[in-house]
This record gives sequence, structure tokens and C-alpha cells, in this order.
Amino acid sequence: MASMEEQDFEKPIEDLTRRIEELSGFGAQQGREREIKKLQDRLQRLREEIYAKLTPWQATLVARHPQRPYPADYIETLFTDFIEFHGDRKFADDPAILAGFAMFHETPVAVIGHQKGRDTKEKIRRNFGMPRPEGYRKALRIMKMAEKFGRPVLTFIDTPGAYPGIGAEERGQAEAIAVNLREMSRLKVPIIVTITGEGGSGGALALGVGDHIQILAHSIYAVISPEGCAAILWKSNEKKQEAARALKLTAPDLKKLGIVDEIVPEPPGGAHAHRERMFEILERVLQRNLESLRSRDMADLLAGRHAKFRAMGSVKIL
Amino acid sequence: MAWFKKNKQPKAPITGEDRTVIPEGLWVKCDSCKEIIYRKEVLARANVCPKCNYHFRISARERLAALFDNGIYEELDLGIVATDPLRFTDTKPYKDRLKQYREKTGMEDAVINAAGRMGGSPVVISAMEYAFMGGSMGSVVGEKIALNVERALERRHPLIVISASGGARMQEGVLSLMQMAKISSLLGKLDDASIPYLSILTDPTTGGVTASFAMLGDLNIAEPRALIGFAGPRVIEQTIRQKLPEGFQRSEFLLEHGMVDLIFERKEMREKLITCLRLLMDPVPAEPALPAGS
Ligand SMILES: [Zn+2]
Repeated sequence: MASMEEQDFEKPIEDLTRRIEELSGFGAQQGREREIKKLQDRLQRLREEIYAKLTPWQATLVARHPQRPYPADYIETLFTDFIEFHGDRKFADDPAILAGFAMFHETPVAVIGHQKGRDTKEKIRRNFGMPRPEGYRKALRIMKMAEKFGRPVLTFIDTPGAYPGIGAEERGQAEAIAVNLREMSRLKVPIIVTITGEGGSGGALALGVGDHIQILAHSIYAVISPEGCAAILWKSNEKKQEAARALKLTAPDLKKLGIVDEIVPEPPGGAHAHRERMFEILERVLQRNLESLRSRDMADLLAGRHAKFRAMGSVKIL
Repeated sequence: MAWFKKNKQPKAPITGEDRTVIPEGLWVKCDSCKEIIYRKEVLARANVCPKCNYHFRISARERLAALFDNGIYEELDLGIVATDPLRFTDTKPYKDRLKQYREKTGMEDAVINAAGRMGGSPVVISAMEYAFMGGSMGSVVGEKIALNVERALERRHPLIVISASGGARMQEGVLSLMQMAKISSLLGKLDDASIPYLSILTDPTTGGVTASFAMLGDLNIAEPRALIGFAGPRVIEQTIRQKLPEGFQRSEFLLEHGMVDLIFERKEMREKLITCLRLLMDPVPAEPALPAGS
């Protein structure tokens, strides 16, 4: 079945990796080093080949890969002196969103990101990265503080979406997201948005209004998950691959549609295959973009941010 | 300029997937209390059930006609249509769906932009049409509401947006999502300019529409018992695996939880909105009278 193949695209990489590990496990027999080297080269080529032509559904799986670096990993690695701040001062602290201040090279910045959680216990605590209203309100509180102290804001997006629950509705999930959209559009400090994994609809966008929107090459950003779209439009969960294709949720499609400004390349095999390399790449990209935004005049910056979103969409005038 | 007079008779009701719009025939069954009611009696009460006060869904045009002075308004931003930017096909091409809904509703997309007067003062209104693809918001809805916010800014006239929508339009993918940011960003400017914005939430208002302009009114005003929320009730039930409490996500629930300012009955909507606008903004000096009718 084509769909199974589409699901198992990483299998050849895993098989080869296992073979290399097995070979390396034995004592250094003659000729083996050369063989290992050969296999490693092949593994590299295989990764490049497979990752050069990921289907939209495969990109979705990579974006959700359990070993993919999460916003917390980028925050921990790319920044120093990170201090997490807690709570929305209204109801609760939402662990699905991490927020605080940190140093990025010599610059104090606000950093805010979704956090899915790595192991089962943490996943439950962080609600699989699905924020409740207090998460968005905490994020906004930190952004307003960043504005007050003139600190740029760096957000990292990785969420299946805002949490659909009774309490979330009672406390105004919609209002919390809406207010973030409006306030981010007029926040008087530079904002860089990085989609590092899954950009799930309004729950992603609520951290996604900024001056420079960038996406890691195998991340996705969509109005609805492929599964949700398949269930509603095709009335069938089997059609998630088709839905993924139809939604145009991959980085190259998003660039074409004018949703993102920049695609941040990932190492062959994806960010999870070479985490250190990914950290280096993103660090350099953030540094370049932060420098360029900080040199801009604030009125100019705000006008540009507004114009960017004003231009989004596609209509025909008869 | 196209001028519209108040319809003497409401337009032919929309039938099909939307069950709560009043069906044709002499008698109708109320969707809420299940009583069989004389159709004329419902129409005479602005499409409200005389037995249980259920507010039937009405069209965008009926809403505009009911709000503006003498039902007269100028329809604006005509001729803006969807382009199918994703070349989207599910079980049917998006292009075909658009065509089907255009024929069915006689509208170009799911919103009408209008300007006119209420209580003698100029006001701009965007009214969403639920019968057009469930009032879903794609680029056209986003663009037209954006144009009306800009018009309100430029003219310094109050803005009213009447929402009736299932949320973002999936067939335009992430472009639909971005309409939320686009309109919210403009509403920030309207807010900075101290021009009143009243958001009217009608049945149903959910998803990306609620999570953007519908919740950003200086006043958020709902019709009685309208379904209003971020996630749809079915999605929530599937997620939490339990039945939702009675009245969950209805206007009265939102009022209780502090998410809407007011609930106005349909028959009192116009007069109360006029009062609200007067309380928020000084009346604009009188201009030459509007031409009467078309
Ligand atoms: Zn009734």
C-alpha cells in the first residue's frame, strides 16, 4: 500500500544506521573501518535523497518527530541565563508554553515557545503542547514586559493547536488568541517568529505575528491538521495524506504563498538526525535577523509588520 | 453606487444543509422547542420563535436591512472573489463549491460590506453569510472585512461586524488562518484611533472568526442562545470524552463567563446598538440626506 510506504520512509535510514552500529560494535577487524566509512557515506547520501523529496505527509511526520528538537532545546542551547517566568497573573501557569527572558549573545531578549514534553509524564504536564488561554495570556504578559524594557521577542512555534476543552472555552480561548494577534501586531519591539515543528492553526498563530517569520525546512504550518481536515472534508481518517497534500503546509509551499519570509535549512535527515548542526544553523540565522531588525526604526518596523499581514491572502477583483 | 431598499418580503429561505433557516411552507417546526408554528407569525417576529424565543438563522441581507435606517444601505467592495490559490480539491474541487454557493446564495462570498446610517449617524457594517460555505473565512472574507476596517478608520465612522461562521476556510489553507492576523492587526489601529467597534456574534460563531475579530469588539454583543466558541462542541467531546454540559458555549454561558458584554434580542438589536454607539462616540455632524431608494 502506498500509504504504508509513505509512512515508513525513514525505514531504510534506520536499517542502515543499525547495520553501521552492529559493525562498529565488533572489535576493530581489518577492513571493517573502511566498510563502515563506506556505509556512513551511503547513509549520508540516503538521508539527503529521502529528505530532498519528502511528501507533505512525511514532512508532517518529521515535524512531529519524537526526537525533533523542541523549543526548550533551542532555548537551552542557543541562549544563556534563561530564566523562566510563570503565570498569567489571572488564573494559572500553563506549562504548554515556556516564557522568560534570556541572553542571546550580548542581547537580552524575551523567549517564548510551545513545549510538547519529551517523556509521558512531561507530555501530560505540558498537555502535549496544547495551550489553554492562560498560556497565551502568559505569553502576552511576557511580550508586554519585553516592550516595556525594550527587549526583542523571539517566539518558537511547535503545537498541535490550542486545547479544545471545557475550561479553555470557559476562560476564553478565543479571546486569548484574538488579543495576542492584535497586541503582537502593535508591540513596539522587534519580533522574530520561528516555526520549529508543528504550526497548528490558531494555537500557533497566537505566537506567530512578527516582523520576520521563518520556518525550519521540515516544519509545517496549517489551518487544520491533515487528520482533522480529512475527517471534515473527506469524512475519512484514511485521507490524511491527501489532506496534507491539499493543505499546502510544507515550508516551500508556505514561502510561495507569502506566509513565511525565510526557510531555515535542516541538516540532511532532518533536525533530529543532527541536533548540534541544527542548533548552529538556527543560531546563525537568528543572529543575522535580530541584528537586521534591531537596526530598523520602530515606526518603520511596525509599518512593515502590519503591511506583511495586510498583504496575505489571494483575491481576484472583477 | 448600488442602493438597496429594505426588502418588503424576506428573500426566499435557504434550504439544504442548513436546517435552522426557516424552511418554506405554511407551517414550520421550531428547531429548538419542536413546536409547529405558523410561518407568518415567525416572520412577523424577525424570525424568532413565538413559543420559545429561538432566533432562527437569517441572511446577511436581512440583518443589514434590519439594522440600517429605513433598511437602506450602500453595498461596498463588490466584485472581490476567491482565486483558489491552493487549487484545492477534496471530494469536490473548491472552484466547483464556490460556484455552487454563488448560485445558491446569489453572493460572491461569505460577507457583505455596507455603509449607511443608524439613528442618523453614519456607520459601516460587515455582515457574514452563514449560508455561503458555512460563513467560512477565506481570503475574500478577510480582505473585505479589512477594507471595511480601513474605511471605518479613514471616515472615522464606527464599525459593526456581524459574525456567523464556522471558522477559517480549509480550502484556502493557511491563507485563511492569516486573515485572522490581518484583521486583528487592523483592529489594533482602529483601537488606537478610538473608533468604536461593535462585534455582533450570531449563531454560530466559532473557530478562527471567534479567535480574531469576533472577540475583539469594544463591545461583544450576542444574540440569544447563539453557539459561540473556539473549538466546536464535537471536537471538544471527542477530546475530553464526556458529554458537554447543557447550555455550554451558548451566549448565556459566555455572558456568565465574562466573554460577551451583552445579549440583545433581535427585535431590540437596532435600537440598542444605536444607543451603545451614541454612548461611545459623539454623533458625526449631519451630512446631506441619503438618496431615497434605488
Ligand atoms: Zn421554539
